[in-house]
Amino acid sequence: MGSHGIKDRVAIVGMGCTNFGEQWNKGTDDLLVDANEATLASAGLTKDDIDAYWLGTAMSGMSGMALARPLQLHDKPVTHVENFCATASEALRNAAYSVASGAYDVAMAIGVEKVKDSGYQGLVGAGKTPTDGTGRTLTAAAMFAMCSPGYGKKYGLDDAQMREVLARIAWKNHYNGARNPRAQFKKEVSMETICNAPLMAGGLGVYDCSGVADGSAAAIIVRAEDALKYTDKPIYIKALSLVAGNCSGNADPEYDYTTFPEIAATGRDAYAQAGITNPREQLAMAEVHDCFTPAELLIYEDLQFAERGTAWKEVLDGTFDLAGALPVNPDGGLKSFGHPVGASGLRMVFEAWLQLRSEAPEERTIAHADRGLALTHNLGGYPGEMVSFVSIVGNELG
Amino acid sequence: MRGIISAGGYVPFRRLQRSEIAKTFGSGGGKGTRSVASYDEDTTTMGVEAARLALRSAPDGVRPSALWFSTASPAYLDKNNASTLHAALRLDTDVSAFDFGGALRSGIGALRSALEGGSTTLVVTSDMRGGLPTSADESATGDGAGALLVGDDTAGAVIAEYLGGASTTEEFIERWRTPGSTRSRAWEERFGEIKYGPLVEQAWNAALKSAELSADQVTKVIVTGMHARAVRAVSARLGTAKEALADDRSATVGNTGSAHAALLLADTLESAQPGQVIALVVLADGADVMLFRTTDAIASYAPARTVAAQVEGASDIAYGKFLGWRGEARLEPPRRPEPDRISASVSGRTEEWKYAFVGSRDRSSGELHMPPARVSRVGDAVDDMAPAPMADVQGTIALLTIDRIAYSPSPPVAFAVVDWDGGGRLPVELTDVDAATLQMGDRVEMTFRKLFTSDEIHNYFWKARPVRGS
Repeated sequence: MGSHGIKDRVAIVGMGCTNFGEQWNKGTDDLLVDANEATLASAGLTKDDIDAYWLGTAMSGMSGMALARPLQLHDKPVTHVENFCATASEALRNAAYSVASGAYDVAMAIGVEKVKDSGYQGLVGAGKTPTDGTGRTLTAAAMFAMCSPGYGKKYGLDDAQMREVLARIAWKNHYNGARNPRAQFKKEVSMETICNAPLMAGGLGVYDCSGVADGSAAAIIVRAEDALKYTDKPIYIKALSLVAGNCSGNADPEYDYTTFPEIAATGRDAYAQAGITNPREQLAMAEVHDCFTPAELLIYEDLQFAERGTAWKEVLDGTFDLAGALPVNPDGGLKSFGHPVGASGLRMVFEAWLQLRSEAPEERTIAHADRGLALTHNLGGYPGEMVSFVSIVGNELG
Repeated sequence: MRGIISAGGYVPFRRLQRSEIAKTFGSGGGKGTRSVASYDEDTTTMGVEAARLALRSAPDGVRPSALWFSTASPAYLDKNNASTLHAALRLDTDVSAFDFGGALRSGIGALRSALEGGSTTLVVTSDMRGGLPTSADESATGDGAGALLVGDDTAGAVIAEYLGGASTTEEFIERWRTPGSTRSRAWEERFGEIKYGPLVEQAWNAALKSAELSADQVTKVIVTGMHARAVRAVSARLGTAKEALADDRSATVGNTGSAHAALLLADTLESAQPGQVIALVVLADGADVMLFRTTDAIASYAPARTVAAQVEGASDIAYGKFLGWRGEARLEPPRRPEPDRISASVSGRTEEWKYAFVGSRDRSSGELHMPPARVSRVGDAVDDMAPAPMADVQGTIALLTIDRIAYSPSPPVAFAVVDWDGGGRLPVELTDVDAATLQMGDRVEMTFRKLFTSDEIHNYFWKARPVRGS
């Protein structure tokens, strides 16, 4: 991949994140105002200090005015971006590049989604593009459900074993989310409850699916050399990688639903940008896109946290628990924190921000925070056809 | 020589046990089963299935120059339903396609006109019959389609030569239904019986005379019409041998209305021997009689899928589900937004894909693209693709899933990633399946279905179903 990266050229100096969940009393504008205020406060800035904005939302607004109006921004450039469920990461990426380019001194990436106003459970498609009606109507849950038998078949796990492995991932994320005051589901859930939950699609039950939540999160980005003007604990961007898949998985008989090639590609690219050679040993933590439990399982292998065919064992061994060798989704992940589509990518970075600045609550302490590097992974789409984003951030230059 | 070149009868996969009706309501029903169109079928899609069977059963290269479609339950008024069949069958633009309107008699009129015309004509009849719960129509009728490829032996070997026919017509109010109603009404039975007797007798005698045959020379006689009592009465008075009377499939399929004559003729031809005389007698606001003699060509005739096989390979549906599918009971819809109507202009651009399931294959790499693409998935080729017709290609299920939350007129949705014989893959929706019996590795074939209706526009596309016996 021909990316050079912008390692250590920009830093995050302020972040904010609303509570995620069913926010019946808050609209999109409220969520944006809340995230913006929290973010400005964390950096000690006012809105006049922000030169440019990147707004990520997939289904809660159109154009930059969806931000300029509620925040009453005067003569400011606001870019609306959308890239499925990786929308907030896309806002971060473009805001970071704008600062790295020298075009702006201070930029804000802000993501928001208000999904609970549709009147339906789950996500209701944003697209209203006229079609010929031949497109697949399968839900994301059903598409990701196919990864479970695919993985089990390839590595010799029967349905009961797969059930246990997937439940263990959900269990871990609920355990972590129970220690997160911002999370949608602040409750531990037993393995038995997870395994016996009503089925949604394929073998996936309710607890295999991420929470559907409203929420917003934001970050302020400045040039790295300016970072200490704003905070004594900046978080430096080490890598930003994005791939939009060509949807070939659905047409390729070789594709077996046990890997996401787009994710593997963004992982390799991000590690090269950041100079990481052994992610499992070098990363302090990772936030990954656990939209459905099989996704998290495959991501471990695609991002080289585990060898091919071994992630399931590592899951059962607790490798990715808070106290494990590489904590994954210490904030509870999409599963427990909830998934406001246009905000989740920045929520992931928010956890890295807290953990690398030693600001996470004590009960969410991770084992190897001293490694100083965190990864966020955000995807949009389905097995065989997805956009994937990986960022790596660190609390030190170099 | 002019006559029938090939035939196809389509009986949907589902059956209703008639006894279930009385179990629910305390009355109605009876013995045996009736055929039930799936929630994603209508007369157009069933017509496509019958037509595909007829064309697959025809000698290689025989294509119709006209397509005539008739049903008493059209999917559209105003819009020509035959055009949808035309697209699904991938007929050339210069092949004409006409609907023969709503009366039960229209189908047999189309067949007789084709037999007495000059072109190679695919006559397709299709019907969905029913009535109010517990009615005689509800249990005695069925859903299905029949297609007959009619032409001269210069176009393709004729398996049943048309010997001649006759019609009689009289105005009387015996069975009627106004547009929009799903319920037919009928006059007191005896009246129709009295009316049909002389009309059939006159047509029967005239047809025999025109073919220079006597009744005892008829090997097989198919008698059908919606007036069961009149059909029984006239059948006994035709002067044919008792064993000549063809099974009308009333015990298993039910009476498929305007489709039944072609369905039964296809069924009869599928087991006929050379040199047999087959009579078709239809009672519908008059009487129509047509006579055929099977030729030597029928000995080597290989139907793509027989009616008998479809009668055997069926699966029961719960009566409540049947009522829901027919709109006789309103079931709770899935809590998902209803789909938007499809775009006419997009569908116009993608006609070959949407209606005929034609993908494209990269000439340099051979890679299959579904839907068709301009830029190849493999290599760098642009605009170097050949059409890849996939409607008749079978495949194998690589992975499958049951989606309990996706929108469907009849949840849950079964979906499979299908690897096509000859290469290529596509995730497709499954239909006519009992989800619990599905497995990876199962063989599937494509079938033309209605995905949903929005703003009164039917969204037709293809689904996969398990390959069942031929």
